[in-house]
Amino acid sequence: MKLQEYQAKRIFGQFGVPVPQGDVATTPAEARAIAERIGGTVVIKSQVLVGGRGKAGGIKLARSPQEAEEVAGRILGMDIKGLTVKKVLVDPGADIRKEIYLGMVLDRASRRVVVMASSEGGVDIEEVAASTPEKIITVAVDPFLGLREYQARDLALSIGLAREQMGQFAQICQGLYECYMGCDASLAEINPLAVLGDGSLSALDGKMVLDDSALFRHADLAAMRDEDEETVEEREARLNGLSYVKLDGEIGCMVNGAGLAMATMDIIKYFGGSPANFLDVGGGAKADKVAAALRIILSDPNVKAVLFNIFGGITRCDEVARGILQALKEVPTQVPMVVRLVGTNYEEGRAILAEAKMATAETLAEAAQKAVAAAQAA
Amino acid sequence: MSILVNKDTRLVVQGITGREGAFHTEQMIAYGTKVVAGVTPGKGGGWAVGNVPIFDSVQEAVAATGANTSIIYVPAKFAPDAILEAADAGVALIICITEGVPALDMLKVRAYLDHTPSRLIGPNCPGLITPGEAKVGIMPGHIHTRGDVGVVSRSGTLTYEVVYALTLHGIGQSTAVGIGGDPINGTSFVDCLAMFENDPETRQVVMIGEIGGTDEEKAAEFIAAKMSKPVTAFIAGQTAPPGKRMGHAGAIISGGKGTAADKIAALQAARVRVARHPGEIAELVAERL
Repeated sequence: MKLQEYQAKRIFGQFGVPVPQGDVATTPAEARAIAERIGGTVVIKSQVLVGGRGKAGGIKLARSPQEAEEVAGRILGMDIKGLTVKKVLVDPGADIRKEIYLGMVLDRASRRVVVMASSEGGVDIEEVAASTPEKIITVAVDPFLGLREYQARDLALSIGLAREQMGQFAQICQGLYECYMGCDASLAEINPLAVLGDGSLSALDGKMVLDDSALFRHADLAAMRDEDEETVEEREARLNGLSYVKLDGEIGCMVNGAGLAMATMDIIKYFGGSPANFLDVGGGAKADKVAAALRIILSDPNVKAVLFNIFGGITRCDEVARGILQALKEVPTQVPMVVRLVGTNYEEGRAILAEAKMATAETLAEAAQKAVAAAQAA
Repeated sequence: MSILVNKDTRLVVQGITGREGAFHTEQMIAYGTKVVAGVTPGKGGGWAVGNVPIFDSVQEAVAATGANTSIIYVPAKFAPDAILEAADAGVALIICITEGVPALDMLKVRAYLDHTPSRLIGPNCPGLITPGEAKVGIMPGHIHTRGDVGVVSRSGTLTYEVVYALTLHGIGQSTAVGIGGDPINGTSFVDCLAMFENDPETRQVVMIGEIGGTDEEKAAEFIAAKMSKPVTAFIAGQTAPPGKRMGHAGAIISGGKGTAADKIAALQAARVRVARHPGEIAELVAERL
């Protein structure tokens, strides 16, 4: 689960990371009121869960409350990479002398949380990493010892921070690490961590992604989910325990298991079609879940054919077949369907579907070819 | 021969009285796996799935039955504890089926296991099977046949798909291992490839990867340097679009690796034959028989 910048910075602040004292507005008038309270120049920042907001024109300075209201009016409602801006963060303007990068992520390869810092912070950090990797300094943290103060000081020295900033930087690193572990994050990032005119450090931007599997022990964080960021289909999928990603093709897919779902998309493409979605119904899917999945797939007007690929293990093919029939009663459709059932209770499943007169297939390749042909004929 | 599990496997089931645990214990016994004990704290002294004795702890189960392998079906919030309990009881091989275990819990569990002799498979995996000898997992047993092709996969149902296609082509398997797709797991592709290389019965290997991480790239390096047996691979996710990404840390740490194209290129450079779709795997394997 991704957090908005303002949420991430509030949480960072709770762990002792210095953050600007701004506030969130959903209307231009609110933005003006916050700017009046702050006084002086403010920065208006669109709150959407995607990178590249600044380059898309979603971050602007305003020198007066009047200007803050105007700027907020332009940014609110703006479309950034397909997401509509519904909130802006109004932060005090900062006297930036230098921009540092500080990030933490779980590195699968080393099986450690890795802390990364660079003196070349800012929007081009990935370019810095690609062209001058020596400018990214990393420290792998032992999970039992945690991030030690000397490691954080070493980071400060390695990125060339002045001695008077070393202590403050170390404190921020340790605070962010405590935050990462305490919140079960999978990413925590401050970019930029600014050195201000008075020599102090401030986290001007914050990004945080949480491990969905750990949300059960963080009810407060789970409640921060921004439902505005989800489409109706994504929300229905999440509430039904389905893993769904909309794509722009025309063959809807319902598959059990993420790897098989991806392989099904791959084979559709291989035979000349294009998948309309990724949808994993998960293990042990019951009829209700299958029906919800089919409703979601059919709500996409681009879908010209639907392919079901179910390899029964924990999942029982007869349950899946019942779910398909249940959904078809709720949402009658003319969209052609191809069903391939293998594994646990597949005979019962096929018998149930025989009455629905659906195209069936023995192998995945055959199913994909039939679905592609059906979509092309539609 | 085979790897990891065989007819000498003596299995203890952690979470045997749960819905999943009970159902799959029955299935494993029906397949012929020697299930010697179950563990559910608080229900020790009873019997599960007919005549499997239940113990309160793995320690007691091992002492009483000589269990050498454990399979875990407990809910995600209890799974890290279950893995550590099995390791501390001296169980050599621990298979964790449970999905949704928090990554930072696995970080610590794996770091702890590195200091013990125990090997973990999973979590979030279908388990493993040596056809005709032992099924330690949730895969449908009947799609497997005994043979000389080792299978290792990060996926669950995609593994069944590939194994089933092999069986339909008359190609049997020595052992099929699902290592799970979580960021931190117990056993890697390289670990399994090394075991298959050393297993006299295995004559070639099928490896099924997915986008994300760099495990497949590491496997390619290992194959080029250390393997004499032919490897056929498939990478799922060739058409998966990049997600709406936030933050740069992930991209910086992976150095831009992890796409299907990167993995396929790395494997092909190691002279691994990469199938374009799952159905092609069995055909490529058959050509090398």
